[in-house]
Amino acid sequence: MAQPANRPVFAPWNDPKEKPLIQFQNVSKRFGEFTAIDNITLDIFRREFFALLGPSGCGKTTLMRMLAGFETPTEGKILLDGVDLAPIPPNKRETNMMFQSYALFPHLSVWENIAFGLKRSDMPKDKIPARVEEMLRLTRLEKFAKRKPHQISGGQRQRVALARSLAKAPKLLLLDEPLGALDKKLRQDTQFELMDIQEKTGTTFVIVTHDQEEAMTVASRVAVMDHGKMIQVDTPDKIYEMPNSVYVADFIGDVNIVEGKAAAQAGDKLTINWAEGQPAINATSAGPLTAGSTVHFAIRPEKVAIARDKPEGRANVIAGKVHDIAYLGNISTYKVRVAGGLMIKAQVANERRLSRRDITWEDDVWLSFTDTAGVVLLK
Amino acid sequence: MNRRFSWFNATSLTLGFAFLYLPIVILVIYSFNASKLVTVWGGFSTKWYGELFGDQAFLDAAWVTLKVALVSSTAATVLGTMAAYVLMRAGRFAGRTLFSGMIYAPLVMPEVILGLAMLLLFIAIGLDRGVLTIILAHTTFTMCFVSVVVSSRLVTFDKSLEEAALDLGCTPFDAFRSVTLPIIAPAVISGWLLAFTLSLDDLVISQFVAGPSSTTLPMKVFSSVRLGVNPQINALSTILISIVTIGVITASLVSKRQIAQQRADEQAAVRT
Repeated sequence: MAQPANRPVFAPWNDPKEKPLIQFQNVSKRFGEFTAIDNITLDIFRREFFALLGPSGCGKTTLMRMLAGFETPTEGKILLDGVDLAPIPPNKRETNMMFQSYALFPHLSVWENIAFGLKRSDMPKDKIPARVEEMLRLTRLEKFAKRKPHQISGGQRQRVALARSLAKAPKLLLLDEPLGALDKKLRQDTQFELMDIQEKTGTTFVIVTHDQEEAMTVASRVAVMDHGKMIQVDTPDKIYEMPNSVYVADFIGDVNIVEGKAAAQAGDKLTINWAEGQPAINATSAGPLTAGSTVHFAIRPEKVAIARDKPEGRANVIAGKVHDIAYLGNISTYKVRVAGGLMIKAQVANERRLSRRDITWEDDVWLSFTDTAGVVLLK
Repeated sequence: MNRRFSWFNATSLTLGFAFLYLPIVILVIYSFNASKLVTVWGGFSTKWYGELFGDQAFLDAAWVTLKVALVSSTAATVLGTMAAYVLMRAGRFAGRTLFSGMIYAPLVMPEVILGLAMLLLFIAIGLDRGVLTIILAHTTFTMCFVSVVVSSRLVTFDKSLEEAALDLGCTPFDAFRSVTLPIIAPAVISGWLLAFTLSLDDLVISQFVAGPSSTTLPMKVFSSVRLGVNPQINALSTILISIVTIGVITASLVSKRQIAQQRADEQAAVRT
């Protein structure tokens, strides 16, 4: 995509001259009969905040543990800075990991926890206190240096774990569900803190998460995984707006999927027949499609408008009846039943207060969207 | 719940405890008996304790017993901890179940058989019977107790702590020494105390493997009782009972405190 020359955008993956920091080359990992990682090839670049996203059991943690050295690939190679990682044991790797359980050493104070890795590095002894203090400042833990891990709160423990894993200034920091144990509010604050620290230290972060919102918030690129395979690797906005499959569209955010048959195509415009007696959906598709093939039309609820009166001049207009309303405060989601019993969700920002909204249960309504609002998916 | 302590409960409790502790209580009481006759109460006195400490043979036996207990329980702790660690950490390897079964076998093996087996081994390799053979034999049979105690702690040990240590640059041995060992230390200590107590009062195995110069206290007691019960033995037994009781209570307190600490830490972690 063309970017204005005067505003540099961080996108090393689009620069063919950039050398990747991590390269997975046809990596597979099998545990007995079970294939955890299925032939993955992937490049991760310096200073990236890379998220591995997927449901539990999709292989994301295995992928990360292979980077840390706790698992070895059954097939394929992993390179860090061009060097094959296979023969290097975990204690010799220039990667550090922040564990899901934090794995703080309960018998050591916060200070000693952070100094633990430094004492085992080639850093001169007299430089260690300064580095520990620096990490304590970075994570705002100065006051807790003398406490033991069980004497501080969960949020503070999370920051100790982060400080400890960053202290050795690793080339690559691995974060395994780093915010999973925090409550929602604290998690959101910590996400921004993580991004801030990542920017300040310039370290490459790889984060494993099952929380799509978290991945979208923090990551420069997101890899969506399923059953050991990479389904899509892209920036958060592209993952959301241009998913390459029904799986990705469905996994990330809320989506309406309409199954239909591709009909007439003219350039990138195309019509999809989705229900008997209903006007075809006008959509846009990047690639050519064979007429009559089955396609899935995916559209996000916030891109569907809802109205009591039939709107004029919209590319797509569908009649329906309000089945359910979910009021979430800032937005409301209307579940509308359309032809063939299909439910389509439309999301409306609640710009007015409750008493001024006029659509209610069992109302006949019109749904409308433009011909570029959704994406056409083949699988 | 307002449940009264019924007379039935009270009776069964009294009977049960009487059954368990009456002999011991009588022994303790008679150790303070002034009369030389074991069955006649002649007033309170501590003279048998005094005579006991004047008897060189008893003191020698006590010294042998203490040496054996200290060395064998320490060796058993090292070996038992290693065995527990390997069985818990090495993952699946061929014959793992067999190995863990074999480690625990001496727990249920009759002592007579173990003692006899030891004796045959020492004769076969031509090792002269003495303090060393008692130490070796005691190490063998107490090791499995240590291993049971330590492995029950390792079951709940968060493996990611060790991984974190490796990740931060520890060699596997350094990770064990600086992370695993300090955390499981209470279990190791209570294993040691258990081994110490077991070694202290072992008679059967010692009988088999002891030499002429290496009589342990239980052996000494046993042989003098055969010549007739003597009030000194009562005094000695009272001292032994106190030591063993203190050992067992300490071991259980240590492990109880450790469990409480662990639970508190876990709760603190979950709370957030």
